[in-house]
Amino acid sequence: MDPGLIQLDQGSGGRAMHELIDTLFVSAFNNPLLAERNDSAVFEILGGRLAMTTDSYVVDPIFFPGGNIGSLAVHGTVNDLAMRGAKPLYITAGFILEEGLAFGDLEKIVGSMAEAAREAGVQVIAGDTKVVPRGKADKVFINTSGIGIVPAGIDIGGQSARPGDLVLINGTIGDHGMAVLCKREGLAFENEILSDAAALNGLVDLMLEAFAGIHVLRDPTRGGVATTLNEIAEQSGVGIRLFEEALPVREDVLGACEVLGFDPLYVANEGKVLAVVPAQGADAVLLAMKSHPLGRASCLIGEIVSDDPGRVFLRTRIGGHRLVDMLRGEQLPRIC
Amino acid sequence: MKYLDEYRDPQLAKSLIERLRHRSFSRGEIRLMEICGTHTVAIFKSGMRQLLPPEIKLISGPGCPVCVTANEDIDRAIWLAQQPGVITTTFGDLVRVPGSSSSLHIERSRGADVRIVYATLDALQIARDNPDRKIVFIGIGFETTAPTIAAAIQQASKLGVNNFSVFSAHKLLPPAMRALLDAREVNLDGFICPGHVSTIIGAGAYQEVVDNYKTPCVITGFEPLDILQGISLLIDQVESGRAEVVNSYRRAVSWEGNSVARKLIDQIFEPADSTWRGIGIIPKSGLVFRPGWKKFDAAERFSMPEIAVKEHPGCKCGEVLRGVMTPPECPLFRKVCSPQDPKGPCMVSSEGTCGAYYRYHDQ
Repeated sequence: MDPGLIQLDQGSGGRAMHELIDTLFVSAFNNPLLAERNDSAVFEILGGRLAMTTDSYVVDPIFFPGGNIGSLAVHGTVNDLAMRGAKPLYITAGFILEEGLAFGDLEKIVGSMAEAAREAGVQVIAGDTKVVPRGKADKVFINTSGIGIVPAGIDIGGQSARPGDLVLINGTIGDHGMAVLCKREGLAFENEILSDAAALNGLVDLMLEAFAGIHVLRDPTRGGVATTLNEIAEQSGVGIRLFEEALPVREDVLGACEVLGFDPLYVANEGKVLAVVPAQGADAVLLAMKSHPLGRASCLIGEIVSDDPGRVFLRTRIGGHRLVDMLRGEQLPRIC
Repeated sequence: MKYLDEYRDPQLAKSLIERLRHRSFSRGEIRLMEICGTHTVAIFKSGMRQLLPPEIKLISGPGCPVCVTANEDIDRAIWLAQQPGVITTTFGDLVRVPGSSSSLHIERSRGADVRIVYATLDALQIARDNPDRKIVFIGIGFETTAPTIAAAIQQASKLGVNNFSVFSAHKLLPPAMRALLDAREVNLDGFICPGHVSTIIGAGAYQEVVDNYKTPCVITGFEPLDILQGISLLIDQVESGRAEVVNSYRRAVSWEGNSVARKLIDQIFEPADSTWRGIGIIPKSGLVFRPGWKKFDAAERFSMPEIAVKEHPGCKCGEVLRGVMTPPECPLFRKVCSPQDPKGPCMVSSEGTCGAYYRYHDQ
């Protein structure tokens, strides 16, 4: 790799991006909150705890089945707050617009942002707009930052997984990534694959009401379930064992993955939460998840173990075991 | 997908594994080569290796198209990408393969216009959308991808798209199987023949391997059950001293193969000697443009200079491709060679043997 030039995979959510973040950003901005590498930073202020996060959205195409860049920019930031058990309150929005963007498109995007914010119970309270010459950006880029309050007694973070904990997910994996890819590449399958993009804070509220002692919540976005679980395994210094037969994948997503040579474990989700829960709370959390519209297909997909710290293994359908690595490079289609 | 589920039945697969574990191996170790990279990955992903009895050795062969592409061809693709006005289009994996001193990936971050496409016809569309640019498609792959590239060239000719050309580094698999057997470097008791390639060339294409070398050939699909069944059928042959072509992928492969696709290849291309990474020149194992179609040949259209090829000194991709070394035996493996910073193509490609060991294997 040429160390002198930034390459695309350094933004793909996988190993290369983690190395860039660790070696450049975390070391330059050197502080304990950033060094935790969680979805949002939780800090004490005036006797309470706030969570704060920021994320930029550059999805192509800007409109995709099941959402658009605007709704995604709200859902993503709300979810990053919810993953620390915070109640999201306010978000800000920065827009970088390319000269020549259709006003109607922008109106539609902002309309969906407003709707998504209303549904998630957050307000967009500050913003910024820049327009750059044609070709200097791709239609529209959005940055959103958000803050929320962390209720007392909640302590959720990637470093808290413990052997014996169970791993739950609220439904099928890979929907968002394949929806965007199929739209971008004009690939038509029998039915259009819809993105799962959604705000998860309502679901997380129910989960925490059922059992406040949840150890880890994380949304498996870029890099997919495999990469996110590797992050948790590394942060917590534990091993993770997944059960292949338990992994929920929609048939159409699996079909699209088969055709393109993708592994659903590495495909992005925008409406999924991975929960690492102590065994004694798992049944209650699973029941709560299933009672929410975004959690009907919730299930148990794995367990935390003490051997192989920092690594994720899969028990295959036929009874074998194999390593599940972090995403390396970009996932690419097969060529034969 | 329901159709595939039957081949993923874990109970059937488990009982097949049990049967394999309980059978006796009168001849000791049995060495089977899976030629196709998709098989290699499917075997690793299923976790099958550690479930098989120790007598069965699975050896990965030269069946990953990116991996067998010679360094000189990678360098030529990079040179093409550096030419002014060129848009280079290719299938994904090739982009990251290191040549002598660069890769298409690096050239892209330096400003070259390199685009990943999912189908050759997409490259043709890019040519139609950009009439003032020169679009080069880097054509790599086996008998499976060649027909689609031939179809795109025919289409370009019909539509009069003159800014489209193809750099052909296609390879044919049966000559490589013969070359491996001729070299006698690695003792093989049977071939797990490639499912996708066989849909085009047909099961009959392996008859001469069986006739001339007495090496059993079984064509299988890609589900665990397919592969286990293929292994079983090969062992039956080896144990009983037979050598036959057995098609156990009948839901996709016929004896004759796809004559329409083969005709398409034959109209545009003709076989020629070709250099394979790690193996060297194999007679009649590549595809070059027929005289009437040379105007679509990127190698003709651009006057390419001689490029001095430099191999990475420690890289053992050649040995891995010939089946004489496993990736963990390579001194670079996991130490300086990884999917982020690959030294050779077998680590880059999603179907490469080194990449499969790195991603799925414990060591």
